[in-house]
Amino acid sequence: MTNQTLDTLAAGRTASVAGIAPSAGPLAHRLIELGFDEGALVEVIHQAPLGDPIAVRVDGSVVALRRALAHHILLADAA
Amino acid sequence: MTTATESLKPTAAARRQPLVAVVGHPNAGKTSLFNALSGARQKVGNYPGVTVERKSADLALPSGTRVELLDLPGCYSLIPHSLDEAVTRDTLLGLQPGESRPDAVLIVTDATNLAAHLRFALDAMRLGIPTVMALNRMDMAARDGLSLDSALLSEKLGIPVIGTVAVRKRGLDELLAAVERALPTSGTTPAPQPEFTPADPRKLGREARAIAKSVTLAEGQSRAASRKLDAVLLHPVAGPIILALLLFLMFQAVFSWAEAPMGWIESGIAWAQGIVSSILPDSVFRSFLNDGLLAGVGSVIVFLPQIIILFAFILVLEGSGYMVRAAFLMDRLMASVGLNGAAFIPLLSSFACAIPGIMATRSIPDARDRLTTILIAPLMTCSARLPVYAVIIAAFIPARSVFGPVGLQGLVLFILYLSGILGAMAAAFVLKRTVTKGPPPSFMMEMPSYQLPALRDILVGLWLRAGAFLKRAGTIIMGVTVALWALASFPAVPEGHPQSQVEYSIAGRIGNAIEPLVRPIGFNHEIAMSLLPAMAAREVAVAALATIYALDADDEDTSGLIERLSGSWPLPTALAFLAWFVFAPQCLSTLAVVRRETGGWKWPLFMFGYLTALAYIAAGVTYHAAMALGLG
Repeated sequence: MTNQTLDTLAAGRTASVAGIAPSAGPLAHRLIELGFDEGALVEVIHQAPLGDPIAVRVDGSVVALRRALAHHILLADAA
Repeated sequence: MTTATESLKPTAAARRQPLVAVVGHPNAGKTSLFNALSGARQKVGNYPGVTVERKSADLALPSGTRVELLDLPGCYSLIPHSLDEAVTRDTLLGLQPGESRPDAVLIVTDATNLAAHLRFALDAMRLGIPTVMALNRMDMAARDGLSLDSALLSEKLGIPVIGTVAVRKRGLDELLAAVERALPTSGTTPAPQPEFTPADPRKLGREARAIAKSVTLAEGQSRAASRKLDAVLLHPVAGPIILALLLFLMFQAVFSWAEAPMGWIESGIAWAQGIVSSILPDSVFRSFLNDGLLAGVGSVIVFLPQIIILFAFILVLEGSGYMVRAAFLMDRLMASVGLNGAAFIPLLSSFACAIPGIMATRSIPDARDRLTTILIAPLMTCSARLPVYAVIIAAFIPARSVFGPVGLQGLVLFILYLSGILGAMAAAFVLKRTVTKGPPPSFMMEMPSYQLPALRDILVGLWLRAGAFLKRAGTIIMGVTVALWALASFPAVPEGHPQSQVEYSIAGRIGNAIEPLVRPIGFNHEIAMSLLPAMAAREVAVAALATIYALDADDEDTSGLIERLSGSWPLPTALAFLAWFVFAPQCLSTLAVVRRETGGWKWPLFMFGYLTALAYIAAGVTYHAAMALGLG
């Protein structure tokens, strides 16, 4: 069990989501609706100028979000 | 109200026109499908109390039954995160004031991203309203090599599923036939459902993924093309450069492409004035037609080509999926003044008009972010300011090249737009540290695949917006210019009086009262007179000046407003006038929308105060700087 979160995932690496940290608060629902659900495969595919926000492929969708928000997304195993 | 008509025709009430709601995930191509089904016959209105746009159309089903098709805002789930989503949920539950509960629901899903879109579909199906699903973008799925079994999907969901390609109008007849079969025959309105327990999003997600997997016959290479494009368009260095070039091209195009059609409209108006002059004898009525109606309304209508070009650019950027990328690229910059990348879209829409821009802020979840965005939206140069800028630039800025194809006039226009943007950024920076202080905002948006925007969607969008502009020109602007003509024409100046007609008139006397206030910032008598009517709408300033100068000119002098202005204003006054319009809150409709959006007079009055102060300072600084530089 690692404690890696999505904001630290290197660009081009794929990992699977372990869950949403309780720190996400009311945003947890929306993150799950956008696809950040247990078992979903994620990959950081783009970074905005200055490295933030990031664009993340989640299964068939691409979601743009700030790193601070990506910090609430827990990863299982970086593959 | 049991009226005589109702008792005479007892069946009329029972045969109420059924309501069919179109719902879906935000990027499912819902609007495209709605446009394909309804074309230009859309009615755009507002929900009472909120400024969420209500788009509907009257539609005939294959049997001839007429239904009202309602385009509800896109949604991720029935747990609303924004005002938009709340309207969709409340309408589906029958709780939206003034709206009956839909008799049937048409869910639009994107075949290329089925698992994500099925989650919302499963949520909506729990409502118990007869439902039909459009499995849209089948052509893109096929191109990606993705193959879906829609019959199996229909069987698993227990609802009709029709494959469609909205942009090519494919599958629409089958879709409408399925809607017809799904409609209940009773004709009674479904009862509201105040008790609704939202589903667990995790459970819905699992269910959606399982179903999507079981109906997928062949996995496609989805998004490969989008990813290649994004490698360039979202590149940390190339991306922002391309965005800046696109915006610059947009503003150059607004100015140069519109030139020819504007010339045609101008000659058309001059031709009409000539006809009036040759038919009617010199009279108050002739002056009313030529100097009031034709000069006033004509000077606004002439900007229709520019407004259409600007809206066309915005519609293409939105329809292609680039707008979200722009928000992504801009987020960091927006964050530096305490805003959210999501605010970029309402702010860019505000370049067309602050009203749809302010309405678009309802998609910003955080209330403080939303308020800040509303307060700075009027600083984005809206299309109503274009007429003012265009006239002043044409009159005072020489049409010469600065650098290759870049003209000086276009450059000045670009600087004016830039001033508005920088002013907005500075205002947001101050507001976020004072009146709208709060925790740092977050940014989270789905990036749809790129697609070629459908010509029909662009044309329908332009049609609705050009119609709204012409309606304004024909009502508010015409009313105000006619009123101003009357104020400037009466009382008639006595023969041999040293004052001119306009100075002697009621308008001239009102202008005299305002003049001392604006004299320090370089404004003259005519400008002072045009400021009050311009509160109705900014472009009225041009109409007002046209009316004022047309009245003072001899009837033989048919030169346009531009020629008259360039001879009568010093350059610093013209520049101060431009600076004033960058900031001035000269639009009653915007203030009214802000009042409705923020639920009171506090924020619109605050906005009016701070913008007027900014405008006064900017105009004053510009005037005195230009005088000091010896431009006077």
